[in-house]
Amino acid sequence: MSPDSVSFIFLNAFLINNFVLAMFLGLCPFLGVSGKINTAWSMGLATTLVMLISSLSALFINELLVYFQIEFLRLICYIAVIASAVQLVEMSMKKFSPGLFKALGIFLPLITTNCAILGLALFQTSKEYDLAQSLAYSTGAGAGFILAIVLMAGLREKLELADLPNTSKGAAISLMLAGILSLIFMGFAGLGS
Amino acid sequence: MPIKEDHTITADTFLSGIWKENPVFVMLLGMCPVLAVTNSVINALAMGLATTFVLLCSSALISMLRNFIPKEVRIATYIVIIATFVTITDYVIQAISLELYNALGAFIQLIVVNCMILGRAEAYASKNRFLKTMTNSLGMGIGFTIALLSLGSVRELLGNGSLLGYSLFGDAFQPWVVMVLPPGGFIVLGAWLLLFNWLKERKENLSLANERGTS
Repeated sequence: MSPDSVSFIFLNAFLINNFVLAMFLGLCPFLGVSGKINTAWSMGLATTLVMLISSLSALFINELLVYFQIEFLRLICYIAVIASAVQLVEMSMKKFSPGLFKALGIFLPLITTNCAILGLALFQTSKEYDLAQSLAYSTGAGAGFILAIVLMAGLREKLELADLPNTSKGAAISLMLAGILSLIFMGFAGLGS
Repeated sequence: MPIKEDHTITADTFLSGIWKENPVFVMLLGMCPVLAVTNSVINALAMGLATTFVLLCSSALISMLRNFIPKEVRIATYIVIIATFVTITDYVIQAISLELYNALGAFIQLIVVNCMILGRAEAYASKNRFLKTMTNSLGMGIGFTIALLSLGSVRELLGNGSLLGYSLFGDAFQPWVVMVLPPGGFIVLGAWLLLFNWLKERKENLSLANERGTS
């Protein structure tokens, strides 16, 4: 597979350079919303949706910025687009599935400050991906995010039942778990060569 | 009637960010840069200083403008202010050291979405006067930098056998490579949290034992 092919870009974002476990993007929801599998799943879906929308808009906006030679405004434009995409997802979710809207609560507007989304937009710009490649990159990144957060939620549900010493309860043991997950994902590094 | 603002600046205003409300070890905010760039001391220091700069500038501006920003669009306003200062930082670092810029990569631009900065803006700068906000933000920035350094030094020491680029153990040292790779970040931070939990628990037990002893 050549590094520019659509299937490789998808696989790269999905497994080899997993956004959460290999590139440390989107850790806040990864540690914050991974208490239950159900909420983790819907959080992953909402994030993927925002990723798709903002990645496509970023592609279009970057063309405009380059055309007018105002690239220094890139960061501000991207974050504004992401904030509006999140608002859009929030409104449609409120209308079509109020239950999910309630379950995600405060974490829904916080998708704006999920670095995975801004990171995705910035990386695809610096790698100069075209439309098909950007689509593959954002779906791969979204699928990778869902995979990581659902795996983590499953592990943490089991952890609830484990008999831990008081000292290691909470964030400390979750981080250790994430470390081991990340170690496992390093095994995918061979896929690229 | 508006809530009366408390303008007194105490030592706690400054110190809370360093120890009691440390953004990384206690509040677990801004985790992405904390784990991603702390594979060496120098990267950690640069990242800490850049974040502190953005935090100070944006909280200063937000604190001064706090009575003019309409409540409905405050988050968007904060983000735009933060993004402006991050753009400045991005270009400045690029001008000072291209090597450092390449090592930190996209994570300088990702300071925009560091939840610690937005959290400070929302919870502190929008409610307090200029000087008090600055004192608190400086404490938070220093606390963040200390946290980054404590991770960076452990990871560089174990994973590379060096500190600030100087080799410490000689040629016989077998580097623990996984520590500078992604899993090391999670594990070292987890270990720090374990240590702090243990210290806290020991302190509580000691004071409990003391109370029993006196009564």
